[in-house]
Amino acid sequence: MSRSVWWLTATLCTAAFLVVTRLWIQNEYYYFAAYVVLQYIVLSTAWNILGGYTGYTNFGTGAFFALGAYSSVVLHKMGAVPLPVMILVGGVISGIVGLGTGYLTLRLRGVFFAIATLAITIVVQTFIVNWDYVGGSRGVYIIRPAEAPLIGTYIQYLYTLMIILSLISVGIARSIEGSRLGLGFAAIRDDELAAEAGGVPTLRLKLIATTLSGGLMGMAGAPLPYYVTYLDPTSSFSLAYAVNSVAMPVIGGMTSWIGPVIGSILLGTIQQLATVTISSALNLLIVGLLLIAFVIIAPNGIVGLVRSWRGKDRR
Amino acid sequence: MSEGPLLAVNGLGKRFGGFVALENIDLAINPGDRLGLIGPNGSGKSTLVNCLCGTLRNETGTVLFDGRNMEGMIAHQRTRLGLARSFQLPKPFHTLSLNDNIRVPLLYTVNARHGQPHMTDAQIAERCSELLTDVGLADKATRLPRDLTQVEMRKLELARAVATQPRLLFADETMAGLSPSEVEEILAVLFRLNQQGITIVLIEHIMSAVMKFSTRLVVLVAGHKIADGDPQEAMRNPEVERAYLGE
Amino acid sequence: MFVSLDLLINAIVAGILLGGFYAAVSVGITISFGMLDIANIAQPAFILLGSYAAYVFNQSYGIDPIVIGILMMPPFYLLGMAVYELYYHAFERRGDQAIQGLAFFFGLLFVGEVSLVLVFGVDYRFVEAGYIGPSLKFWILDLPLRMLIPCVVSLLMIGALQMFLSRSFLGRAILAVSQDGQALQLMAASPRRIKRAAVGISIATCSLAGAFLIIIQPVEPSIGRDYIGRIFAICVLGGMTSFPGMLAAAMLLGVVESITATFYGPSWAPAVAFGLLLVTLAVRPAGLAGR
Repeated sequence: MSRSVWWLTATLCTAAFLVVTRLWIQNEYYYFAAYVVLQYIVLSTAWNILGGYTGYTNFGTGAFFALGAYSSVVLHKMGAVPLPVMILVGGVISGIVGLGTGYLTLRLRGVFFAIATLAITIVVQTFIVNWDYVGGSRGVYIIRPAEAPLIGTYIQYLYTLMIILSLISVGIARSIEGSRLGLGFAAIRDDELAAEAGGVPTLRLKLIATTLSGGLMGMAGAPLPYYVTYLDPTSSFSLAYAVNSVAMPVIGGMTSWIGPVIGSILLGTIQQLATVTISSALNLLIVGLLLIAFVIIAPNGIVGLVRSWRGKDRR
Repeated sequence: MSEGPLLAVNGLGKRFGGFVALENIDLAINPGDRLGLIGPNGSGKSTLVNCLCGTLRNETGTVLFDGRNMEGMIAHQRTRLGLARSFQLPKPFHTLSLNDNIRVPLLYTVNARHGQPHMTDAQIAERCSELLTDVGLADKATRLPRDLTQVEMRKLELARAVATQPRLLFADETMAGLSPSEVEEILAVLFRLNQQGITIVLIEHIMSAVMKFSTRLVVLVAGHKIADGDPQEAMRNPEVERAYLGE
Repeated sequence: MFVSLDLLINAIVAGILLGGFYAAVSVGITISFGMLDIANIAQPAFILLGSYAAYVFNQSYGIDPIVIGILMMPPFYLLGMAVYELYYHAFERRGDQAIQGLAFFFGLLFVGEVSLVLVFGVDYRFVEAGYIGPSLKFWILDLPLRMLIPCVVSLLMIGALQMFLSRSFLGRAILAVSQDGQALQLMAASPRRIKRAAVGISIATCSLAGAFLIIIQPVEPSIGRDYIGRIFAICVLGGMTSFPGMLAAAMLLGVVESITATFYGPSWAPAVAFGLLLVTLAVRPAGLAGR
């Protein structure tokens, strides 16, 4: 399927899905739950650009995500800024932090990058905790605007934005696959030394991946304050974001754009259902165990399993 | 185009902590040379290749490629200038097909050089096909590297290096562990490449192949160059004999 | 800003005592990551396991937590061996798949933390012992025993480990494997068995380190995350494989954290270790690149 055909199909399907759900589903709970799943589609697709495509594990999803959320808080306090603008700003800020982290650590082995991303989360969290303007450790209350810019409730508006963001991020991932950039990423993942010797500017490409990945995560986080209405560092920097954004691509499959989508929808939906029936801690335990199980037994995820059942060993 | 040697190395030195891997290496490689680089294990051959290709940084000395100082240039920049190498232990891109393994260097060297015509997708596909045919791997073009035999992996390594359109190619122990007929296959490929105008440095332990191939021989022992010149003369050098007698 | 000398000296000394404890926490990762290149980011989970083990036996039977820590070392050693075997079968045998290995340990860290939450809840737990509370006072120094005793025992443990590594056959084999896994195969010793023993030792230290932790402060499951940065920062700063280096790095970190907490408030302390780690990674590529 050529790229333009894919984009056309994807856009049409997404638009159709959006229209149908908005018309038929009135239950507010659906929009709240779907928002979270869509948010994870963006987060895991973003993670996979650096993780699955380029081979660098990022445990700091929380940092990039929360930075997007807190940049929205700052903008909200400064005045009436439309949410799409906040999303862009969140993306830019997280992208810059991604670039910075990468620049500091990507000349070293992947292990050190991964550890550095854990470090970034704590460092950024500590700064936010100590910054009273955004509420510090006490948190901050954000009031949802009374009227949504489009027809419907504000939550439906957030849902719509997140659907568009999902389409954009998945589209970016699809565009990277099979492109010159994507081939460069794959070469870095498979053998960085050989890639460098083959003329691939590995540092530059890795920085592109980190910036893109961080930026998309920031965009996913930007609407969060309006969704939760009460934002605090403990929950916005939660390790659950990091674990989920690793588990979903691993379980779905890291080599294709569809893997993170499958993983997010599957795990995201299970978690949304489980949170009301079992405790959220048990819910997270299951995610962790699934991650370990898949990493050991089916490292290529669901996509990999499907491929081997269909006997595909050629590319 | 300068008149002097293609690669001019002066006083190159490299240490790892307290260990001196290379000391005061001088080397001049002329266009069209078939240079053999030999030495006992641990003498610094691979370290030298790594320094010249930019994978490692040498502490002392200068390296001039086609008159240009390569100080501060990292590996991919040197490759784009025309300096290529194959790896001692083949390092293929294991999730990519053979075709894609060749496409990566094509896209990132040939299509990244200034002043050179940009290759279209169709031209690249054709060139991949050509390169694989040259090493006899055309029928496995869509397969993955794990489906290859040892000698086929070595050929893929060479094909990848050749894809970068190098002026100088370091063939780092491409024949290790191969049977005599397989050694001949690789040697034939290297001769052909040299005839096409690529200067080749052969780093090898298989002496018969080295003597057959080289127009010049350089011997490294414990990080020092102890011989440089006509292959027959170099082998008769008493220091060289001593170095190899212990092997 | 007027800096009280008393306060500064006490902060430094407290930092040194803290550093002794941090060394105990980091020695395990120095062995598994520094020497054997196994990036066990789940190490803090095992340390917390040690803390909760000390809590359970201390609360139920009144046994001294350090004694519990020592007695629990054999079971932790076996646990470590089991973890390595799983890691070996899943990853090392299949060749270098860096992402999967990291994801595995990350999953382990997470599962560990959440399991502790499920079993013990999120309340702070603490142990009781005679030396928690009183301090040793002389000159202007005020040395809390709950910091002093873990620090001393930690130094003893590290000293014992250092002797073990340099004198015993297994210890020297571990050092050999850390430098060249293949060389050992030629000696007909199996690198896998040696690595397994080394990881076992690495996890066994968590038993005692965990006991120290819960003596020094009350614990709850999520404090493990603060320690990831600390232990890797100390391991990296200390030169990866050297115990004396690790000890010095631990002391340095302890002192810097202590001074920061005393003069700027404790809420900045977590950032110190991680900030130090980032700076180290940015500035010391020579020792770390392509290793």
